[in-house]
Amino acid sequence: MSEALVVDGLHKSFGTLEVLRGVDLAVAEHEVVCLIGASGSGKSTLLRCVNLLEPIDQGRIVVEGEEITAPGVNVNRIRRRIGIVFQAYNLFPHMSVLRNVTLAPTLALGTSRVQAEAEAKELLSRFGLADKRNDYPDSLSGGQQQRVAIVRALAMRPDLMLLDEVTSALDPELVAEVLEVIRELAAGGMTMLIATHEMGFARDIANRICFLDEGVILEQGPPEQMLTEPKEPRTQQFLQRIINAGRL
Amino acid sequence: MTAGSEGRRAVTVAILSTIVFFTLVGIAITHAPGWPEVRRTFFDWGEFKASIPEIARAFLLNVKIFAIAEAFILVLALALAVIRSLPGPVFFPMRMLGIAYADFFRGVPTILVIALLGFGAPALQLSWVPLSTTFWGIVALVLVYTAYVSEVYRAGIESVHPSQDAAARSLGLSHWQSLRKVVLPQAVRRVIPPLLNDFIGLQKDTALVGFLGSVEAFKQSQIDAAATFNYTPFVAAAVLFVALTIPLARFTDWLVLRDRRRRQATGV
Ligand SMILES: Nc1ncnc2c1ncn2[C@@H]1O[C@H](COP(=O)(O)OP(=O)(O)OP(=O)(O)O)[C@@H](O)[C@H]1O
Ligand SMILES: [Mg+2]
Repeated sequence: MSEALVVDGLHKSFGTLEVLRGVDLAVAEHEVVCLIGASGSGKSTLLRCVNLLEPIDQGRIVVEGEEITAPGVNVNRIRRRIGIVFQAYNLFPHMSVLRNVTLAPTLALGTSRVQAEAEAKELLSRFGLADKRNDYPDSLSGGQQQRVAIVRALAMRPDLMLLDEVTSALDPELVAEVLEVIRELAAGGMTMLIATHEMGFARDIANRICFLDEGVILEQGPPEQMLTEPKEPRTQQFLQRIINAGRL
Repeated sequence: MTAGSEGRRAVTVAILSTIVFFTLVGIAITHAPGWPEVRRTFFDWGEFKASIPEIARAFLLNVKIFAIAEAFILVLALALAVIRSLPGPVFFPMRMLGIAYADFFRGVPTILVIALLGFGAPALQLSWVPLSTTFWGIVALVLVYTAYVSEVYRAGIESVHPSQDAAARSLGLSHWQSLRKVVLPQAVRRVIPPLLNDFIGLQKDTALVGFLGSVEAFKQSQIDAAATFNYTPFVAAAVLFVALTIPLARFTDWLVLRDRRRRQATGV
């Protein structure tokens, strides 16, 4: 199995706060890896580093065999291959849904407007958004907005998708529709690295769960093992807190 | 009580209180001891009618100065704001120059910039330097207002949340593409009202060009007033300025409203 993503000894600080202290992580092609960990443990930071939205201090990130953290790498080219979806959707409010989706393919890939729109319409229908394509983001529900954000990232035909707690800004009744989309992506073989607080979902979808703690991947393994019999005391503590909060 | 009758009641109250207010103000002014004299020198209907055609013609110069200056200001100020938003140490000198420019031209009184350029530049007697006072008046207004308007744009750029740029960049858009398609369109929409404020300020400041000798509305009314020892021409000029401001203000309100409606619209 070849590696879609390798993170090697990644260090990242904000000022004096060292958030990532040597993260090692590999994600194989078509693999779905869920990243769990306490709030503030650095899940978002790790995903942002992989998408080169944050400069890293030390270490290497390799995507599909290419070291993307090497000096002189064209970051725009790399980012086109890596889709990221944020907790807060971050749709462009001044553009219709369709334009949100076609903007990057037309600008960054040079796809013709006609073709980009045809592809976007197809993706939107696939995710139940066909009738929303002329709407503006502010008029959509949170679940719809998040699905549009996923479609927007997919329109770039990425090799790898990074999802950062894509359901945690949603009302509970809207979570399912977004998770359904992600399941469909996994079923289609999309390689994904997913930061999540939804343990049930992680158990369902992940091939592997990684626990991020104190700036390192403290423990990782298949979902059943990680969620029911973690070895590390800190992982046990973390899961216990989640169980107590009624989230597992 | 229904919402409709409450609304009608509010309108009635507003109309009544407006009438009462202006009646009182009117009585206070017209009963002032100097009122007959003021009315003769400032509100002479005959003078008004006699002077307004020529002042209106001169006012066309104000409109022209305004339109030309504004076109340059909108573009240059945006460029200046963008320069000041450039990230990274490479652009430090450009950012510094941008800041120095904005500080300088916001600090010096407009009338001084107009005087310095309008009297100074032609005095150089360089063959390629235009001698037209109106030309130099426009240049001065462009220099000064570019500084102000760039601040407005900059506030707009900064009000767009960084996550918008992050989202655009994460899709592989370059810094410029993100700026052009994502950040600036949102920034400009947000600053339309304060931008209009500066438009109105500029429109009024076109009168300062008269100081150089260009016969615009204010200068024309000065000439008329001096000829007849009556100040009504100033009032006529004021009426013209206000007449241009009001539609501009309503137009902005409409733009803002339209934008809000459209963003919340569900398409067909
Ligand atoms: N741009 C930044 N500047 C300074 N500190 C930051 C910045 N981004 C994140 N941090 C800090 O880094 C730490 C990790 O943040 P991060 O958002 O990666 O955590 P997280 O695991 O995603 O948390 P959550 O589950 O709440 O989303 C936090 O202490 C946060 O305050
Ligand atoms: Mg986070």
